[in-house]
This record gives sequence, structure tokens and C-alpha cells, in this order.
Amino acid sequence: MTRLSSRLRGLDFQQAVVYFGFLAIFLFFAITLYDDGFLTQRNLTNIVLQTAPATIMAIGLVFALSAGEIDLSFGSIVAVSALSCAVALQSFPLPVGVLVGLGVGVAIGAFNGVLVAYLKLPSFLVTLATMGLFAGIARSMTNLRSIPVMNETFTGIFGSGKLFSVPSLVIWTVLGVGVGHLLYRHTRFGAHVLATGDNPRAAQVSGIKVPRVRLYVLMICGGCAGLAGLLYAGRLQAAKYTLGESDLMTVIAAVIVGGTALNGGKGSVVGALLGSLLMGMLNNGLILMNLKVSDQMIVRGLIILIAVAVSLRDSSR
Amino acid sequence: MSGAEVLALNNIHKAFGGVVAIQDFSLNLKAGEVVALVGDNGAGKSTLIKIISGVYSPTSGDIELDGEKAGFRDASAAREKGIEVVYQDLALADQQPVYMNMFLGRELTKGPLNLLDKKRMRRETQELVDELDVRIPSASSTISNLSGGQRQGVAIARATHWASKLVLLDEPTAALGVAETARVEALIEQLKAKDLAILIISHSLDQVFRLSDRICVLRRGEQIGVRETAKTDKNEIVSMITGVA
Ligand SMILES: Nc1ncnc2c1ncn2[C@@H]1O[C@H](COP(=O)(O)OP(=O)(O)O)[C@@H](O)[C@H]1O
Ligand SMILES: [Mg+2]
Repeated sequence: MTRLSSRLRGLDFQQAVVYFGFLAIFLFFAITLYDDGFLTQRNLTNIVLQTAPATIMAIGLVFALSAGEIDLSFGSIVAVSALSCAVALQSFPLPVGVLVGLGVGVAIGAFNGVLVAYLKLPSFLVTLATMGLFAGIARSMTNLRSIPVMNETFTGIFGSGKLFSVPSLVIWTVLGVGVGHLLYRHTRFGAHVLATGDNPRAAQVSGIKVPRVRLYVLMICGGCAGLAGLLYAGRLQAAKYTLGESDLMTVIAAVIVGGTALNGGKGSVVGALLGSLLMGMLNNGLILMNLKVSDQMIVRGLIILIAVAVSLRDSSR
Repeated sequence: MSGAEVLALNNIHKAFGGVVAIQDFSLNLKAGEVVALVGDNGAGKSTLIKIISGVYSPTSGDIELDGEKAGFRDASAAREKGIEVVYQDLALADQQPVYMNMFLGRELTKGPLNLLDKKRMRRETQELVDELDVRIPSASSTISNLSGGQRQGVAIARATHWASKLVLLDEPTAALGVAETARVEALIEQLKAKDLAILIISHSLDQVFRLSDRICVLRRGEQIGVRETAKTDKNEIVSMITGVA
């Protein structure tokens, strides 16, 4: 009994919002869009498949925000990684393509990380700059052309394939969330990330290598963006500079709605998954409602605004 | 009752650029002894504690721990030697639970994957706060939900848990009410009973006279003198602090 009540008190509002929001929006669409097929297994699976890259990006961002940093460049990393991988796959076997794609992501993350952790530049400005820098590089890499991905093993593993009739993108989502959650909640590294974002001085005097934590979270962000790039390339069977371009707002919103604090020290990987699915449902529902693209953008922006306001409501007390 | 010499500071100097924060400071500390460090704001008290705990290195002079030269590279090196600090501006991570703060930087792990052993950290934290009678709702409480006294209790409990030689306390009761101050003072008495050497900074002379065996006075970085608490009085200490006879 006392256990339950202490549990309930421990259940904090910001973390709970995403569950209620998720349910509310789900029920709303389930009822209003029942005849448009929102509830069909195909449509629901589609939502998960479409959100897979954003979910992976969101996991990376949970680490960065929790450590008190931000990464605005992950969308550009997605494009550069996907393009690098696609180019590599034209002349090299699959493992090389995958390693190039992920490696480019981690390397750009490390570039951000070194500037932030060791040159002590603010991550907001560093990644704002590298967002532009790598968006430009993505455009010039292939002269704005799209690069097809023909390797069928690759498009199977990272796109349309299935394992025991489970779509590979679902497997990547589950794997990403599982590994991310374990690292975040159940390892010393995760504890150090939270402590660093919460009170860097306390972390420092407790023997935590704060700069190294900052470097690593931005590398994780880059690596996740790289993986998201592979998932886009796999699903679309092509890479283009536009990949990831429009994910910045959605992913940040997903992470915040999922209960991760903008100023560090607190967050949730599972919450980010739900936040990301929530954003996916929203996209899907608004399309099924036959709204014009411009109206979709307006409604989505407003709903994100409300969701973020609600989930941040008591953090300023 | 005082035992073996734990810490010796010999002719410590510290300058920040052109500003001399500490000049020619020497002090010995024995096990089971409480020494109070007093002086006006800006006298250099916090700087001295940071020098002992390895946050700053002295410009010149040396530090001996158990009779051996000890120049700590950083705070973790000092911690490994059994020196713990309770900082003036609480070094707690506010949004984390008590038990994670208790084990901050020294988390316990288990299994082949080295996953956090939260259960054991929670249990050991609970045992420790029970033993020291730090009254908090539970070891899983979030720090930001605790009162100032409870937080300071957690910080001191942490120092107790990890210190094997020396505890440095920088104004541990500055932000506390009367009842909370009394509890923290009781905690400090318990540290002393454990035969740790204790250096405490305090602005409350009443407190200094209640707790300490010796009093060391600092004025604008200069060591004015050290007195045995039993053989001095407040008037003498005040005039040493202010420089007005
Ligand atoms: N990191 C620093 N850089 C420059 N000056 C400092 C620094 N830390 C302390 N000082 C200076 O050293 C002197 C002593 O400060 P401090 O040790 O904090 O005093 P106290 O704790 O006795 O009030 C002050 O003049 C302060 O301005
Ligand atoms: Mg001070």
C-alpha cells in the first residue's frame, strides 16, 4: 500500500502526459476515422514503419538533451549518411555500405562533440552551424541527384524485408528502443549522462568525466541519425539530400512530449518512442482526414504546440 | 582524544592571476579531531578546501596525507585517498533520486553486462540514512523534493559513506533553520566519533565553539592564528577575524 502510494507520487506528470496524449489521439482517430481505415492493421503497421527513422533519431536526441546538450544537425546527418551509404553500395558489398553510412554519422557526431566538449562551444550554435554545413555537403555530394539503392539484401534488412513475418523496420525500432533504454536507465554511462545534464559541477567533483560524456552523447546522436539514414535509404530504395530535412521539428517534439527535459537531467527512451508514434499517428490521421497539405502543417504545428506546452507545464514551478 | 596525524598543509600559497587568495598557510589535522576554519567573506576558506580536495592545485607549498606527499591531480584522486567534501553550493544532482546521488560516479553494477545494481544501491542508501538518522521519505526520493536540511543530510551521509580519512565541510548549515542545523551538527559529531579528521568552515561562532577542538582564523588569505577551542573565547576569535583589537 505504501509502496503503491510512493509509486504513484513518483509517477511524474511530464512522463505521464505522453501516455494520455497517445491514448487520447489514438481514440480520437479510431472513432472519427474508423470508416477511413485508421484502425486497420495495415494502416497501424504503416504508422510504425513510417516513424521508424524518426524514432531512431529521437533515441539519440534523448541522450543529448539529457546531458544538457542539443543536436540540431541530425537531419543533415541523415542525408549525408544515406548518400554516403548509397554511393558506397554502388561499388562495394553491403557491410562496407553499412559501415560507411553509420561511420559517417558517428564521425559527424564526433565532430560536433569535440567542438562542444573540448572547445566548450555551445551545442546549440555548433549544431546549428553543422546543420547548415552538412545540408550543403549533402547537396553538393551528388549535385542534388538521387542515388538509387539496388542492393536487395540491403533494402530487405533496412527497408521492406521481414524476419519471421515481422517487418524489419519494426525490428529496428524495437531493437533501438531496447538498447537505448538499457543504456540510458541501466548503465553507469546512462547515470553519468543524467548527472551531467542535471548538475555538471556535481558530476565533475564526483569524478565523472563530463567532457567525455558530452562527446559521447553527440556521437550517439550522430550514430542514430546515420542508422535513420540507412532506414530511409532502405525503405525508399534511394538516397537523396532531402532525407531527414523535415524531421527536426517532429523529432524534437516527440522527445519533449515523451518526457525528456529540454535542459537536461531527465528523460525517457520509451517516452520518446511513444512521442514519435504519436507524431506518426497525427500525420497519418491528418492525411486520412483529407486535409490540404497547408492545413495539415497548421494543425500539426498547433497540436505539437499544445502537446509541448502541456508536457512542460509543471517544469517551471 | 586525538589520534594519528592525517593531513599536513605546509606553506600553502595560492594566487589566481594577480590575486593572492592564500598565503603561507600551514595546518595539521589529526584523526578524530574537528578543526574550524573561520574568516570573513573572501578570506580564502573555500579556496583552501578546494586545494585540499584537489579541485585547485596550490601555487606553492605541499600537502601530506598520512605523512606522504600528496599532490592531487583532481577531485577524484583526492576521493580515492579517502577525502570527501560537502560543498557550500550543494554538489547534488537535483533531479536524480537520493540513492543515485549517494553513489554518483561510483555506481554499483552487477552481472556480465555491468548493469546498475539499483536494488543494492537503494538498500545500502536506506541503511546509511537510517543509521545516521537522516529523515528522508525514502532512498528513491528525488533530491528536489527534499528540504535544505534533508539535502545537506544526504550530502553528509554521502561523505560519511565514502570518507576513510578526512571530511571537508564548507558552510554545511549556512542555509538551514535551527532544528535542521542541530541535526547536521549531530551528524558531524558522528563523523568525529568514527575517528575521521574534520575541517569545517562556518560563519556561526556558536556552532564553531560547540563542534570544534581547534579554531584556525584566516583574514584576506593570511593565516592569523590557530587556537584551542577550550582555551579561547569568542572575543578573541572575533578580533582575530576582523583585525580590530
Ligand atoms: N576561481 C577563482 N578565480 C579567481 N579568483 C578567485 C577564485 N576563487 C576564489 N577567488 C578569490 O579568492 C579569494 C578567496 O575566495 P574564497 O576562498 O571563496 O573566500 P571564502 O570562502 O573565505 O569566502 C576571493 O578574493 C575570491 O575572489
Ligand atoms: Mg566560501
